[in-house]
Amino acid sequence: MTPSESNKPAFSIDADMVKHVAFLVRLGIQDEEAQAFSHQFSAIIDYFHLLNEVDTGDVPPACETSNTRSVMRPDVIKPSMPREDFLKNVPHREGDYVQVPLVFGEE
Amino acid sequence: MQPHTLSIREAHELLTTKQISSVELTTAVLDHIHKTDPLINAFVTIADELALEQARLADQRLRQSEDITPLTGIPFAVKDCISTRGLRTTCSSKILENYIPPYNATVIDRLSTAGAVLIGKQNMDEFGMGSSCENSAFFDTHNPWDLERVPGGSSGGSAAAVAANMGLFALGEDTGGSIRMPAGFCNVTGLKTTYGRVSRYGLIALVSSFDSIGPMARSAYDCAAVLQSIAGQDLKDATSLPDPIPDYLKMLDKPVKGLRLGIPKEYFQAGMEAGVESSIREAIQKFEELGMEIREVSLPHTTYGLPVYYLVLFAEASANLARFDGTRFGLSVAEGAENVIDQYLQTRREGFGPEVKRRIMLGAYVLSAGYYDAYYLKAQKVRTLLRQDFEAAFEQCDALVAPTCPTTAFKLGEKTDDPLTMYLSDIYVVATNPAGVPSLCVPCGFSNNMPVGMQLIGKHLSEDVLLQIGHAYQSATDWHLKRPAVSK
Repeated sequence: MTPSESNKPAFSIDADMVKHVAFLVRLGIQDEEAQAFSHQFSAIIDYFHLLNEVDTGDVPPACETSNTRSVMRPDVIKPSMPREDFLKNVPHREGDYVQVPLVFGEE
Repeated sequence: MQPHTLSIREAHELLTTKQISSVELTTAVLDHIHKTDPLINAFVTIADELALEQARLADQRLRQSEDITPLTGIPFAVKDCISTRGLRTTCSSKILENYIPPYNATVIDRLSTAGAVLIGKQNMDEFGMGSSCENSAFFDTHNPWDLERVPGGSSGGSAAAVAANMGLFALGEDTGGSIRMPAGFCNVTGLKTTYGRVSRYGLIALVSSFDSIGPMARSAYDCAAVLQSIAGQDLKDATSLPDPIPDYLKMLDKPVKGLRLGIPKEYFQAGMEAGVESSIREAIQKFEELGMEIREVSLPHTTYGLPVYYLVLFAEASANLARFDGTRFGLSVAEGAENVIDQYLQTRREGFGPEVKRRIMLGAYVLSAGYYDAYYLKAQKVRTLLRQDFEAAFEQCDALVAPTCPTTAFKLGEKTDDPLTMYLSDIYVVATNPAGVPSLCVPCGFSNNMPVGMQLIGKHLSEDVLLQIGHAYQSATDWHLKRPAVSK
C-alpha cells in the first residue's frame, strides 16, 4: 500500500522540526536541505501510520532476534590492541592524546 | 579453460590435483578484474599484492597437502563494510574514505585460516542504506547483464562481481535483503544466514539486531563450502550462537522428496512483473517434480514488514552512526570549529550522503519523547507478530518459497528521486531480518532478458535444509550457470 491509498490526513514535519532534529543528531544542514527533507519525512512517516491498523494490545515488544542466552566469559587477562595501532586512525593527535576543539566553557 | 570462470568446487578439484596453482588462479582473476571492472565498477579497492602474497602461502599448503580446506587457494572479495586489517574499509562513505582498520573481522580471520585469498573490497550503498548501490559516495555499480541497470543493493558490488566472474565468491551482508535482492538481480546464489550464525565482530554495524553476513557465489554448493568456514560462535560477538555447525556439504545430497514447501499467499499479490511470477511458478513446479510437497500458507502480517523494518532500522542506525564524529577515526572537519559540537556538525555534514542523513534524522525522530511509543515501540510489537507468523508457518512446512523482488533490475536513476519508492522495492526481503530467519536466493529464470531470483526461507538455523533444497533445484536446472557476456 502506498501513502496515497492510506486514507489518512497528510502528515507533516516542517523544516523547523527537521532543523531541530538535525542539531540533536549533530548534522549540519542548510535551509534548502531542511525544506527537501521535510517533504520526504512527511511522506515516509505517513506511510508508517499503516501500523495503526494492527491491534497490538497484549503483544510484547520484540527484544531479541535469535534466542540468545546471557553470555558470560571467564575473566582472564589478555593482551589488548597495541596503543599505537589504536591511535593510528585518530585525525588530530598530540602525542598519545586525542585532540578535540573546546568542550566546556570559553577559552 | 578460463580459470576466472571456475566455481569453488571446480577450482578446488584443479588445485588439489595440481592442475593449477593458486597464484595462477588469482592472477587470472585479477587480470579479468582489471579488464572488466572499468565497465562494472564493483570494486572500491583491488588488493593485487596482498592477494598474490596469500596465494603463494596457499600454494605452499597445497604442495604439502596439509591442512587443505575447500577454500584453500580460492580468490574472493568482500563487501566494504567488513573490516580488513591494513586494507582500507570505507562502507562506500566519505566519512571512512581513508579508514584503515587495525583489526580483522572474525569472518576474515576464519577465511584466512581456511586459506582463502582476499583480492579486494566491494562497492555498496553507503553504510548499507539503499537498494540499488546508487547511494555509494564513490560511484554507481552497473549490472553486468545490462550496464544501464542497477545491480541491486546494498551488496551490489559483491553481486555484480560474482556474476561477472570477478572473484569465485564474495561475502555480502544482509540487513533487509542486501544479499538476496542484488543476488536475484545479478543471477547469483546468495545466503542470508540466521541472525547469530555468523559472527558480526568487525562488521561495521547498520542495524545490530538485523545484520547477517553470508556468502554470495555461483551455486548453493559453493555457498555451503563458504558457510562451513565462517559459521559458529565467537567470543567477540555475544549474539553469536553456540549451536553445533552441521556438515553443510554432506547434507547437500540428502533427498528433498517429502519435504514440505510453503507458498506464502501474501507474497503473490498484484504488482509483480509477469515474467517474475511465471519464473517462480515454474520453479515451484520443479520442486513438485522433485517430490516436494507444496502447500499454501499465510503470513498475515506481511504488509507490515516494510514499516516495521524501516522504523527499527532508522532507530538503530541513528544510534550506531553516532560514533562517526571526527574524533577517533575517519573524516574530521575541525577547521574553524569553535567547540567540539561544531566539529561534529561539520564532519557529519560533509561525511554523510543524503540517504544516511535522512535515516539518522528519522531514527532520532521516531525515538524521541512523545513519538517513541507511537513508532518505535509499536514497530517492536508488530515485529513480535511478524516473528510469530514465521513460527506458525514453519509448523506446517520445512521452508517457504517466494520471489526476492517484484521486478527485475530497474534502470539507474529510475528511483533515486523518491526514497519511499526505493524502499518499496524491498517489500519481499525485509520481513526475514526482524524475525532473524535464514533465506537463500536462488536464480530461477529470466524476464525481459534480466535474471529473476527466488528466495527459500527457513526456520532459525535451517541453513542446511535451504542449501539442500537449493542444491537439488540447481542439480535439476541450469539457471544459476548462466553468465553475462562481460564475464568471459
